[in-house]
Amino acid sequence: MEQVIMNNLNYPILSTVIFLPVLGALLILINRRSWETLTKWIALGTSILTFIASIPLFTHFDKTTHKMQFVERFSWIPNWNIYYFLGVDGISVLFVLLSTLCAILCVLISWTAVTNKIKEFYIAILLTTSFMIGVFCSLDFFLFYLFWEAMLIPMFLIIGVWGGPNRIYAAIKFFLYTLVGSVLMLVGIIVLYLYSGKTFDILTMMTKNYPYTMQIWLFWAFFAAFAVKVPMWPVHTWLPDAHTEAPTAGSVILAAVLIKMGAYGFLRFSLPLLPEASKAMTPVMLTLSVIAIIYGAIICLGQTDLKRLIAYSSVSHMGFVTLGIFALNTQGVEGGILQMLNHGVVTGALFLSVGIVYERTHTRLIADYGGLATEMPIYSSFFMVFTLAAIGLPATNGFIGEFLILLGGFAANKWAGVLACTGIIIGAGYMLWLYQRVFFMEVNPKLHGLVDMNVRETIALLPMLILVFWIGVYPNSFLSFMHTSVQHLLERVNSGGIAQEAQIAKNIMEVIR
Amino acid sequence: MNFPLPDLNPVMPEILMTAFALIVLLLDLIVKKKEAVAVISIAGTAIVSLSLLNTSGSTFGGMYIADGYSTFFKIIFFINVILTILISIKYIAVERVNYGEYYSLILFSTVGMMIMASASDLITLYLGLELMALSTYVLAGFIRHNLKSTESALKYFLLGAFSSGFLLYGISIVYGLTGTTDIKAIATFITERGLSGNLSLLLAIGMLTVAFGFKIAAAPFHMWAPDVYEGAPTSITAFMSVGPKAAGFAVIGRVFMIAFAAVKADWATILIPISILTMAVGNIVALSQTNIKRMLAYSSIAHAGYALLGIITANSEGISSMMNYLFIYAFMNIGAFAVIIMLRSEGIKGEDLSDYEGLSKTHPMAAALMLIFMFSLTGIPPTAGFIGKLYIFMAAINAGYTWLVIIAVIFSAISAYFYLRVVMYMYMRDPKTELPLTTSFTNGLALAVTTAAVLIIGVFPTMLVEFARAALKSF
Repeated sequence: MEQVIMNNLNYPILSTVIFLPVLGALLILINRRSWETLTKWIALGTSILTFIASIPLFTHFDKTTHKMQFVERFSWIPNWNIYYFLGVDGISVLFVLLSTLCAILCVLISWTAVTNKIKEFYIAILLTTSFMIGVFCSLDFFLFYLFWEAMLIPMFLIIGVWGGPNRIYAAIKFFLYTLVGSVLMLVGIIVLYLYSGKTFDILTMMTKNYPYTMQIWLFWAFFAAFAVKVPMWPVHTWLPDAHTEAPTAGSVILAAVLIKMGAYGFLRFSLPLLPEASKAMTPVMLTLSVIAIIYGAIICLGQTDLKRLIAYSSVSHMGFVTLGIFALNTQGVEGGILQMLNHGVVTGALFLSVGIVYERTHTRLIADYGGLATEMPIYSSFFMVFTLAAIGLPATNGFIGEFLILLGGFAANKWAGVLACTGIIIGAGYMLWLYQRVFFMEVNPKLHGLVDMNVRETIALLPMLILVFWIGVYPNSFLSFMHTSVQHLLERVNSGGIAQEAQIAKNIMEVIR
Repeated sequence: MNFPLPDLNPVMPEILMTAFALIVLLLDLIVKKKEAVAVISIAGTAIVSLSLLNTSGSTFGGMYIADGYSTFFKIIFFINVILTILISIKYIAVERVNYGEYYSLILFSTVGMMIMASASDLITLYLGLELMALSTYVLAGFIRHNLKSTESALKYFLLGAFSSGFLLYGISIVYGLTGTTDIKAIATFITERGLSGNLSLLLAIGMLTVAFGFKIAAAPFHMWAPDVYEGAPTSITAFMSVGPKAAGFAVIGRVFMIAFAAVKADWATILIPISILTMAVGNIVALSQTNIKRMLAYSSIAHAGYALLGIITANSEGISSMMNYLFIYAFMNIGAFAVIIMLRSEGIKGEDLSDYEGLSKTHPMAAALMLIFMFSLTGIPPTAGFIGKLYIFMAAINAGYTWLVIIAVIFSAISAYFYLRVVMYMYMRDPKTELPLTTSFTNGLALAVTTAAVLIIGVFPTMLVEFARAALKSF
C-alpha cells in the first residue's frame, strides 16, 4: 500500500474516537431512566473523553505527506471485498476534531434545555457524533455509505422529537431530501464498484480512470447526495426548516458538521474520482454557488426569525465553500476547506448563542428582542464577535476563508468572483442589521430581568471564540494541515488522472536511463 | 410387477413434517393446554430442520429434488414457522381461537411450501402449491366469529382458486408443446426444437407468471393482499407475508431459470414492467394507509417488486441476491408483526396508526424495536434491510439494469415516508390513552431473535451471502 501510512500510534486511534460515543450511548441505555443527572454526566464525560482521544490526531499528524494516516484496515465482508478501512489526510483530519469538539458543546448547551426523554436525547447525540466521525474517516465506500446513512436515523429523531412546533414536517423533509440524494449516490457507488474491478476501496478506485460519459453520470449521481447535504441552491429548502425547528444541539450539529459532509464529499469523491467531469461541470457548479451566495443573502434580509436567518446565511456561506472547491486552484480549495471549518465554528456558535437566549425567552422572533446589550452584556460581546466573524472582518476567521476563496474564485472566473463579493456586502448588511435589532435600540419590556450567561454556557461558547481569533490571526496552524493533500488532489484533477501521471513518470525514468 | 421403493432420503424432511402435523392434530384431542401443542410443533420443526442436513439428490423419477436451493428456502420456511408460532401462542388466546388445528394447519402449509421449493416437475409443484394454499385459506378465516376474517378467507380462496386455474392452464400448454412436465426435460425440449419465440410458449409463460405473481402478490395480481392481510389473524398475516411469498419466489426461480432458460429475454421482458408496477403500487398506495396491517400489506407488495429484480437479472448472482433478500425479509417483517401483535389486547384492536401515538413514552422498548424494523424495511444501514437491497441492486446493475435500479431506489426513498410515519407517531406525538401491551415470553423471544438477526446481518452479512451463493452451486 503506497497510498497510506500505517498507524504509528500503538493503538487504533480512529476506531477509538468513533466508538467511544457508541460506548457512552450503551452506558446511557442501561442507565436507569430516573437517574437523569447521571445520564447527562455520562454524555458529557464521553464527549470530553472522545475529544481528548482525538487530540493526538492534531499533534501527531504528519503534515508533509498527502498519504492517509492513522490507517486501520481489516477485511470485513470478504465476499463483496469490503474492508473496515479508516484513515485521515489533511482534508479530513480537521473535521474529525471539529466533530468531537462540537459534541461537547452540544451536550453542554442541552443540559437544561432538554427536559423530555433525556435518555434518548443523549443517546441520539452521541450516536450522531460517532457516525459523523465515521463519515470523515472512512476510506471504504461501503463503510462511508453506512455511516452517511446511519446518521440520518438519530438526526431525524433529534429534529422530530425535541424540535420546535413544526418539527415533524421539518424532520420528514430533512429525511426524505437526504435519502433521495443518498440512494442515487448508492447507485453511483455500485456502478463504480463494478467498473473498478469489484472494490469499495476509495484509494484503489482513485488509481483507475473512468470513461468520460460515465464520469458525467456519476458526477450527477454524487451531486444528488452531496448538493442536498451542502445544501446547494436549488436543493437547499430542507435546511431552513430543519435548522429552525431543530433543538439547539440539533442545529449546532447540522450547521457545524453535518452540512460539511456534502462539501467534504465533493472533495473526497467527486474531484479525485471524476476529475474530467468535475472540470467539465465547473461552470455549472460555479453558477450554482454564486446563485446560492446571493440568493441566500437576499433572503436573509427578509427573515423575521433568528434561527431562520442564520439558516439562510448558511446557504450563502456554503455557496462560498462550493465556489472555492470548484475554483479548482490551491487558494480556492484551501479557502473552501478553511471556510468549512470557519462556518462550522461561527454558525455553530451563532446557533449556540440563539439557543442560550431562546431557553430564557422561548421566542425566536427578532421583533421580540431589542436592547439585549443592556440586559446581557457578556452575551452581547460574544454575539458581536461571532457576528463580525460571520461578516468576515479581518482578524476573524471568516476573513481568511472568504479572502482565499475570492482569490481562487477570481482566478477561476472573474465574474464569479465579482458576484460573490456582492454576497459579502449583503452579508454585512443583514448581520449588522440583525445585531442592531436584537441588541441595541429600546429594551423590549419583556426582556427585563434576563440573566446573563452562566458558567456552563460561557464554557460552551469559549472554545468557539478562541477558534475565531486563532484561525483569524494565525491560520497557518490549520492551513498547514491541508497544503500537501490539497496539492495532491489538484494535481490529480488537473492532470486528469493517476494513469497519466504514471505514464509521465515512466517517460521520465526512460529519459534518465 | 415389482415396484422398487423410491429413495426416500431426499423427501425425508417433508415426511417428518407431515408426521408431526398429524401428531399435532391428534394431540389436540388429548391435550387441554394448547401451549403444549405449540411447543411440540416448534420442537417438531426443529427436528425436521435437523433432518434437512443430510438430504440431497432427487427422487420419484426426478419429480422431486433436494438441493442447496431448496434447502435454503426450507430454512426460510422453518424460520417462518417457528417465529409465527412464537408470536401466535398468546395472540390466538386473546382472539379466543385457541384451537390445536391452528398449529397443524401451519405445519401442513409449510409442507406445501417445502414441496414447492423442491418440485422439479410441474405436477409436484402444483401439488405443493395447493397444499400450501388450502391450509392458508383456512388459517386466514380462523377467527370465525369475526366477519373480516371470514371475508378475507373467502376472498383469498376465490381469487386463489382463480390463479390455480391459470397455473393449470399454463402447465397444460407447456405439456402440449413439449410433452413433458419435468422442468429439466422442458428446458432440453425448448432448446432442441428451437421453441424460443413460439407464441404458445409465451402464452404459457404468461399464464405461469399470473399464477406465481398471485402467490408473491405482485401487481397487478395483488388485489387480494390488502384485504386478506387486514382481515386475517395478525400472526397469520405475518406467516403469509413471508412463507407463501418465499415459496412463490422459489418456484419462479426454478421454473424460469431452468425450464425457460432458453427464453430468458422473453420472460425478463414480461417481468420488468411487473416489477416496476409492483414497486409503484406497493409504495405509493401504502402512503395513504391508516391501518398498519394494510400498510404492511402494501409494503409486502413493494418488497416483492424489489425481489423480482433479482429474478430479472437471470443469473446466479441475481437469484442468490433474491434468496438473501427473502431471508432477511422474513426476520424484519415478522419482527414488525411481533410488535403489532403486542398492541392487540382484550377489547382493543391496536391496528390503527393512531394507536401508535406516543408509544415511545408508554412503552419505550416496543417503540425502539419497531423503529429498528421500520428502518430495516426502508433499507437504512446498519440494518439487514440495507444489505438485502444492496445485494439486489448490485446484481441488477451488474446485469446491466442500472435504469431499473434507479427506479427502485427512488421508490425505496418514497417508501421511507410511510415507514417513517410509524416512527413519527411513536416518537413525535404524545400518547392519547395508555395502551396496554400483551406481552408474553414467547413473543419476547421472537422479538429478540428477529432484532438480533436484523442488526447482526446488517453489520456482518458475510455468512448469509456466502450461504446464498453456495446454495446455488448445484442449481
